[in-house]
Amino acid sequence: MSGTALDPRTAPTFPMAAHKLMGDTQLRKNVRHATDVIQNKRAKVVGEMPDWQGLREAGKSLREHTMKHLDVYLEQFERNCTAAGGVVHWARNGEEAKRIVIDLVKASGSNEVIKIKSMTTEEIQLNTALEAAGIRPYETDLAELIIQLGKDQPSHIVVPALHKNRQQIREIFQREMNLPDLGNTPQDLADAARLFLREKFLKVKTGVSGANFLIAETGGVCVVESEGNGRMCLTLPETLITIAGIDKVVPRFQDLEVLLQLLPRSATGERMNPYNSVWTGVHPGDGPKAFHVILMDNARTEILADEEGRQTLNCIRCGACQNACPVYRQTGGHAYGSVYAGPIGAILTPQLQEMHHAQTLPYASSLCGACYEVCPVKINIPEVLIHLRNKVVKQNGPFGPEALAMRGMAMIFRSEARFRAAQRFGRMAETPLVRKDGNGEGWIGWLPGLLGGWTQVRDLQEMPKETFRDWWEKRADAKGGKHGN
Amino acid sequence: MVRVLERLGHTVEFPAGQTCCGQMHYNTGYQAEAMPLLERFVAQFKGAEAVVVPSSSCVAMMRDHYPIMAEHIGKPELTAELNKLLPNVYEFSEFLTKRLGLTDVGAYYPHKVTYHASCHGLRNLGLGDGPQQLLRAVKGIDLVEIAGLEQCCGFGGTFAVKNAEVSSAMLAEKTNAILNTKAEACTACDNSCLMHIQGALHRQRTPVRTIHLAEILASEDGAVIA
Ligand code: SF4
Repeated sequence: MSGTALDPRTAPTFPMAAHKLMGDTQLRKNVRHATDVIQNKRAKVVGEMPDWQGLREAGKSLREHTMKHLDVYLEQFERNCTAAGGVVHWARNGEEAKRIVIDLVKASGSNEVIKIKSMTTEEIQLNTALEAAGIRPYETDLAELIIQLGKDQPSHIVVPALHKNRQQIREIFQREMNLPDLGNTPQDLADAARLFLREKFLKVKTGVSGANFLIAETGGVCVVESEGNGRMCLTLPETLITIAGIDKVVPRFQDLEVLLQLLPRSATGERMNPYNSVWTGVHPGDGPKAFHVILMDNARTEILADEEGRQTLNCIRCGACQNACPVYRQTGGHAYGSVYAGPIGAILTPQLQEMHHAQTLPYASSLCGACYEVCPVKINIPEVLIHLRNKVVKQNGPFGPEALAMRGMAMIFRSEARFRAAQRFGRMAETPLVRKDGNGEGWIGWLPGLLGGWTQVRDLQEMPKETFRDWWEKRADAKGGKHGN
Repeated sequence: MVRVLERLGHTVEFPAGQTCCGQMHYNTGYQAEAMPLLERFVAQFKGAEAVVVPSSSCVAMMRDHYPIMAEHIGKPELTAELNKLLPNVYEFSEFLTKRLGLTDVGAYYPHKVTYHASCHGLRNLGLGDGPQQLLRAVKGIDLVEIAGLEQCCGFGGTFAVKNAEVSSAMLAEKTNAILNTKAEACTACDNSCLMHIQGALHRQRTPVRTIHLAEILASEDGAVIA
């Protein structure tokens, strides 16, 4: 998976990618272990909140309200950010956003940037574009650094290197930092990263960040993190460029009260993030001298226009749905062919592609609802998945084998006579496939075509000789009564 | 289910025209095909004092999606009938514990059993430990808890076919957990999960059976009713 960027336009289908990844037992072990650890931490700090459900409800209303008045809050943000000395840029799509960043970096006279972990920059593959323009990006978030040095791709929105274990990280550092004698403790690895990054912090004059929240009321930008490296990027460079999706805005500073309770508990199982930074414009003698914010749409207004899909934009990128998802836990993030993996990726990625790509993602779920249960802003992910499946079905037209089979079955279910006939026919049709087991029961061990997926690891018991319907009617006859109602 | 309800003194009717709630179509993205099945359901069951369903996911389908579907269909009479009907639609264990307020229904089942909490029952219907309360009240039963009770078995309707590999891996975890309990049978409130689990238990040549909760509750002599 390493090297090639995760791009939904060229990624293999989910089942194909999953097939490849599921052969990687080490990766699966790492994913399992890491998601277990985070889930347990989350469960503990969520469990201690007496009003967690109320808080979720508040988070949901807050996000819904913001999306309803997104235009108002974005313009308010622009006004207040500008008044504080920031420069606001608007980007319709990823290409525009990348061009603006490149122009700004060049104007700052720099050919390197330090970066704070940002999924929005991953979404538009900013690093590749920067490199092509002759600008070197240095990731400063520990996990992003591991990904960058390992020429790998992020597999989780909060913990991008979740699929790597400590030994693998050590090997990457040994190789890329030229430290053959590097130890194996977390401390050793953190020390190596610190030494490597410290030099960049002091030397590089331009920083690029994402944003957790944009505060309309003040024009401020908020980033939360665990390591403090983000804060270095926000304070040390002379020029700071922030890229944020237009969905990141919140109305008031006070709203962070709700969101900054929900986010850390859901994301890393912490009561509060160790570093919460809010910066507003520029201040003489303190922090960056130039501050730019790029507000990027990149298909978000299309999502907003879709009544049933729009709740996707309420996401605050906590990753709790990924940790809870039994599918993600089997495959890891790369199978989703997008930097947004897991349940949120399954709904966000196809919509960001305006449904032109990633059509298998809405089907990468058993609809078990574990994601909805943990989502801090109560996004009904299963509901959105079903909505997107409907869009895919409409897109694929009425003549594919699945569509024909589904219509045929719907026709059967619409009539009692056809339903009875189908039960009889089913028993007849399955007969050549049924084999008796040691207990004299009939089982099917092989099914053709699309249904073959079932019989890879499962048998299917033959249809009962007497259906419930037969039993019921025989009984009614015996009682001399009438059938049915 | 009929045996239990009749034993408790209720009159059971089976509208012969009923077929399918449309869940498979709806959840796979074939909403248009599911719409007539909603109309069929209402026509078949209107006027019932209570509709008792032996599958949690079908009830979830009705409760979570039928109101939205009726809105789309846009026939006021249909919506009105549905609104009257829906509050009286129950999953079987829910009917016993919530509507009738019962936990002991007079069953005898002297076997070691583990209970699998189907996702839709657990999360969409909020069954909680209602089914376990019913099981605990069964005479002679040895109820053992499974590890990862709330983990999906990997069925997910067409998911099991479309993403067979991932589904199989999820299923393997579930069957391992079941085998670790050393139970003779695994029960649940949803036949689709049970069919899925049974399929793997049979393929693995294990003697462990799946049995619907209703079959255990119907048992008075301890025999497995197949
Ligand atoms: S969808 Fe919900 S749970 Fe998933 S990342 Fe977004 S906010 Fe978190």
